[in-house]
Amino acid sequence: MLEVRDLHAYYGKSHIIQGVSLDVGAGEIVSLLGRNGVGRSTTLKAITGEVEPVGTIMFKGEPIAGRKMHEIARRGIGYVPENRNIFPTLTVRQNLILGIKSMREQGRWSIDDMFQMFPNLAERADALGSVISGGEQQMLTICRTLMGDPDLIMIDEPTEGLAPKLVEQVSGLLAEIAKRGVAILLVEQKLDIALDISHRVHVMGHGKIVFEGSVSEFRANNQVRKEWLEV
Amino acid sequence: MESFIFAMFNGVLYGMLLFLLASGLTLIFSMMGVLNFAHASFFMLGAYFAYQISEGLNFWAALIVAPVIVGMVGAGIERWGLRPVHRYGHVAELLFTFGVAYVIEELVQMIWGRVPVPYEIPDAMSGALFTWQGFDYSIYRVFMLVVSVAIFVALFALLTYTRIGLIIRAAVSDPIHVATLGHDIPRIFMWTFGFGCALAGVAGVVGGNVLGTEPAMAIQLGPIVFVVIVIGGLGSLGGALVAALIIGIVTRLAIFYDYGVGSLVLALGLEIDTAGMLRDFTRITTAQVAPVLPYLMLVLMLIFKPRGLFGTRDV
Ligand SMILES: Nc1ncnc2c1ncn2[C@@H]1O[C@H](COP(=O)(O)OP(=O)(O)O)[C@@H](O)[C@H]1O
Ligand SMILES: [Mg+2]
Repeated sequence: MLEVRDLHAYYGKSHIIQGVSLDVGAGEIVSLLGRNGVGRSTTLKAITGEVEPVGTIMFKGEPIAGRKMHEIARRGIGYVPENRNIFPTLTVRQNLILGIKSMREQGRWSIDDMFQMFPNLAERADALGSVISGGEQQMLTICRTLMGDPDLIMIDEPTEGLAPKLVEQVSGLLAEIAKRGVAILLVEQKLDIALDISHRVHVMGHGKIVFEGSVSEFRANNQVRKEWLEV
Repeated sequence: MESFIFAMFNGVLYGMLLFLLASGLTLIFSMMGVLNFAHASFFMLGAYFAYQISEGLNFWAALIVAPVIVGMVGAGIERWGLRPVHRYGHVAELLFTFGVAYVIEELVQMIWGRVPVPYEIPDAMSGALFTWQGFDYSIYRVFMLVVSVAIFVALFALLTYTRIGLIIRAAVSDPIHVATLGHDIPRIFMWTFGFGCALAGVAGVVGGNVLGTEPAMAIQLGPIVFVVIVIGGLGSLGGALVAALIIGIVTRLAIFYDYGVGSLVLALGLEIDTAGMLRDFTRITTAQVAPVLPYLMLVLMLIFKPRGLFGTRDV
């Protein structure tokens, strides 16, 4: 569904992404791993169009590189950035409404679904986004993107800085997303979670993909883990 | 007391008119970061279009159609003027809106001439609605007040309760993220700009026949509108309302109670020699000072509270 070929991206003159290729099939869960600073977030931003991509990005068989950000989103790519981007002056419910792309079509997810999965959010539906906890903000950011009914959701470090109990909730949500047939491209530091739910793994180093394979291939390859992931 | 109420009424009326202008300006500023120097020119266009439409049809048609046309003109200027200029930064945008203000003024003079056009209050509303304690409250002034309060309420409801209002408010703080949710930010900017101009257009329609419809009207009112949004706090709609009312009321009261500075000082119980060295100073009246009051408030505000009453960012 998503095919990235020889993708490059720059911040000013620094060449951050240097020829990344990766695939995500329909309904598939793919993890993008790597140490901090290797360019995982920038790869996602190049796909959304926030950072200008150089190279080929195909989604559902059509080229999307160079298209406008909202168009890319409307074709079915959802994105959850790493800094939980809750709008502080909007309530929890309003943040969810903001995620809806069209009021005419009912997608896979409704606001009630979200409130059922996260009773915490339901209780705080009318609280401002700025006063809920970090964990609730993280759930809300993912739920808001889901309200736009993406076919592929790219999530950047969803468990970062969360308490173990909330980490569990996030992985539960990821499982639910997969169950409803939404493909996931996941950037995640916590290896156990990533490996637990992924079908395939890409490892990045210095702006390039240095390993690509199934989860079992990755588990069998201690070399890659040592060289590119362990600190 | 009765005269105080009458002066307050006029002050609130003038304040609400200023708010109609300031609300669009502050909406555009908070969303796009553009200080639109041409904003009062859209107020002027509203008045001229209303004059033209009233000639052909009637005032009621003008009240609806003129703001719509002004909004379209504004949206067009954003789409084909401001948007291409945007990537050269805010200074270029500012200069661009300066240019637009002059172009509009020249065009207005070319089409309607340099002298005021006879844009009159509709006959049906020219009388007094009621007389109270010796003061006539004209139908038209009450109507102006109703229109501007209605627009304030509608604007507030639009931004608070509708989905498009949510998108606009979110786009103010983080346009990139709103775009990744699938919302077309440039298009929303264009319509917000157009909508802000249409609000100025409404002010032109209802105010042009009272204040006078002439090519200088934009330049006369423009600076005061900037004062309103700076005092209220850039980007704050509530602040714009409060500041507009304060300025409206203070200036009208100063004109209405036309005290000399000398008598004011005496009233404060101070000794002053009204014939001596300070003679020229004591002869100034509050009515003379009234036009300067907003700017005085601006200067004081910038010194003591640069973010304005309700602002969240520096000027
Ligand atoms: N806005 C930016 N401007 C300049 N350099 C940046 C910016 N964002 C990230 N970088 C640099 O790009 C590189 C990759 O960053 P990023 O994609 O965030 O890495 P990761 O998500 O894998 O930790 C890093 O060296 C980082 O310093
Ligand atoms: Mg990152």
